[in-house]
Amino acid sequence: MNRRPVFKFRLFVADHATNSLQAVANLKTLCAQYLPERHEIEIVDVHRTPERALSEGVLMTPTLIKTSPSPVRKIVGTLSQTRTVLQALGLESQVA
Amino acid sequence: MFSLSKSPQRVFKKAPTGIVGFDEMTGGGLPQGRATLLEGGPGSGKTVFALRFLVHGARACKEPGIFVAFEETSERIAANAESFGWNLAELRRKQLFFIDAQPSPDLVQSGEFDIGGMLATIGAKAKEIGARRIVFDALDIVLALLPDAATKRREVYRLHNWLLEQKFTALITAKVGGDADNSHTTQPYGFMQFMVDCAVVLNHRIMHGVSQRNLRIQKFRGAAFDENESPFVIGPGGFDVAIARTLGRVDAKVTNERVTSGVKRLDTMLGGGYYRGASVLITGFPGTAKTTMSGAFAEAACKRGERTMFVSFDSDGKEIIRNLASVGIQLERFVKSGILRMVSARTITGSAETLLVRIKSLTKEHKARCLVIDPVSTLSKSGNELTAHGVAERLIDWSKADGITLVCTSLLDEMASQMTGGTPLQISTLADTWIHLNYLVQAGERNRGMSIIKSRGTAHSNQVRELILSDAGVTLADIYTAGGEVLMGTLRWEKESAERVAKEVAEVAGKLKRVSLDAEEAVLEVRAKSLQTELVAKKVEKTLLTRTTESRERELTTGRTRLRELRGGDAKSGREERHQ
Repeated sequence: MNRRPVFKFRLFVADHATNSLQAVANLKTLCAQYLPERHEIEIVDVHRTPERALSEGVLMTPTLIKTSPSPVRKIVGTLSQTRTVLQALGLESQVA
Repeated sequence: MFSLSKSPQRVFKKAPTGIVGFDEMTGGGLPQGRATLLEGGPGSGKTVFALRFLVHGARACKEPGIFVAFEETSERIAANAESFGWNLAELRRKQLFFIDAQPSPDLVQSGEFDIGGMLATIGAKAKEIGARRIVFDALDIVLALLPDAATKRREVYRLHNWLLEQKFTALITAKVGGDADNSHTTQPYGFMQFMVDCAVVLNHRIMHGVSQRNLRIQKFRGAAFDENESPFVIGPGGFDVAIARTLGRVDAKVTNERVTSGVKRLDTMLGGGYYRGASVLITGFPGTAKTTMSGAFAEAACKRGERTMFVSFDSDGKEIIRNLASVGIQLERFVKSGILRMVSARTITGSAETLLVRIKSLTKEHKARCLVIDPVSTLSKSGNELTAHGVAERLIDWSKADGITLVCTSLLDEMASQMTGGTPLQISTLADTWIHLNYLVQAGERNRGMSIIKSRGTAHSNQVRELILSDAGVTLADIYTAGGEVLMGTLRWEKESAERVAKEVAEVAGKLKRVSLDAEEAVLEVRAKSLQTELVAKKVEKTLLTRTTESRERELTTGRTRLRELRGGDAKSGREERHQ
């Protein structure tokens, strides 16, 4: 189990915007369920560090970037559709 | 109560775009601190317009700008703009910032999202560089990401509110498909047009295979504007909107200075030549020496040391130089010295507008004071019938405003009679001086005639002159009218030589008469002299005669007295009494 890769996430949010807060909550729930013990989440607030959003080319908030394992994936939205998110992350097989 | 200072029609401050023509149409530029929507189909020039707006702001108005590129990468945009000579690289260091915001194609969507993050990012950057102007290029790309109409509308309002809050002068470009004229009914984001304070529509039509670009200001809150479609061109200098003279513009400077036409006799006919800054039209059928006349003008201008440009639609510059050299017009040396520029416009294709813009920019580049366009009628070639008149009008308007003396030739349709006159462009009504060249076919030959149809503000000769081309140049000759017929060419020559012979004969006869009179005079003089001598002789003879008679009488008297004395008969005193 521990030999499987650790998922690194970077989540861009816009301060306390509703959809941003939803995304944070959804990501945490999802990780707890499908990637227990093997995920890292970095939350970037574009209001505080806009240059990071600029360098990553983030337009919309919230945006989730999976930086590792490759390939890098970008998902925009509140991450409310779990199935779509898992597909994008390459975790379809985990869906029971 | 009314207060004058708070007029209900508050006039927006304007942010100049630096686009020739557009600032005139809007009375200064885009509304400052407001949003403007720029719509147009693919390739209609939205990005160039937007970029020009930012470049002008950064360079001329000390207003740094941000360009948010949703469609093309900033590198490509900058590379494309290189050809306009805006030197973006230098500006990009401080006053112009590009944000690449192309959505990645493999973007996955899940649930709701908004553009709030992007606005925060841009806002931070704007604060950093002190941006006052902002462009969102191809906002439709972002809107396409949004799932439904309501979300799109919400995000556009979010954007608009943010722009107003930040007091940016914003320009949002968006694509409209197909026919631009009824786009507001078909486009899903047509509501943007109602929201923004100014909307500009660019369209690109093909008429008879020729591309025609037009710009129209759809709305402009709180300001008067030119509502008509105006042609524009994306040329070497960027974006150029063609507008005719707008009301209130300062009139061109008018001078009384004359410039020679290059033909001496024509100058006399015009009372000194063309006016400086005048527009001269030379019309005529093919081969009536229109080009030669304009060449003579160009040569004269170059001789005065004035920078001149010769635009030819018919032939190559080199050809013209060679052809004109055969009639004694030497242009080669002026081309070499750089004072004259020959432009062969035969290869420039496109709308009349494009041609005009090219001619304008070349003239500006060359700093020409005299301009020849040969022939201007090319402007009305296929596809340009509708616009050509306007173009010709603007050509004359522009050359006048810049004080450029313009000579253009125009081909007349062989079929069109001279009386119905006029050129296809109706330029004849606009031109200040109109010279017409035509042929006169008579006695088996074709000769060129020249007449001045009109010349504003100058007394001009009403005479038709014969135009003679020789290797010494262009000269004008009087024509003869005999028995109601005009004589030109050999007929004129015959008439001239007949007159010459008659004159000679008369001269000889006169001389002869004088000689014979001289002879008679001499004879008479001689006779007079001999008579005089005779008279003197006679007089001498007469005196002599008188004298002899007298002496003889005296002799006789003395003789008688002596005889009596000798006879001695009487005493001196008594004798006499006795005797009686």
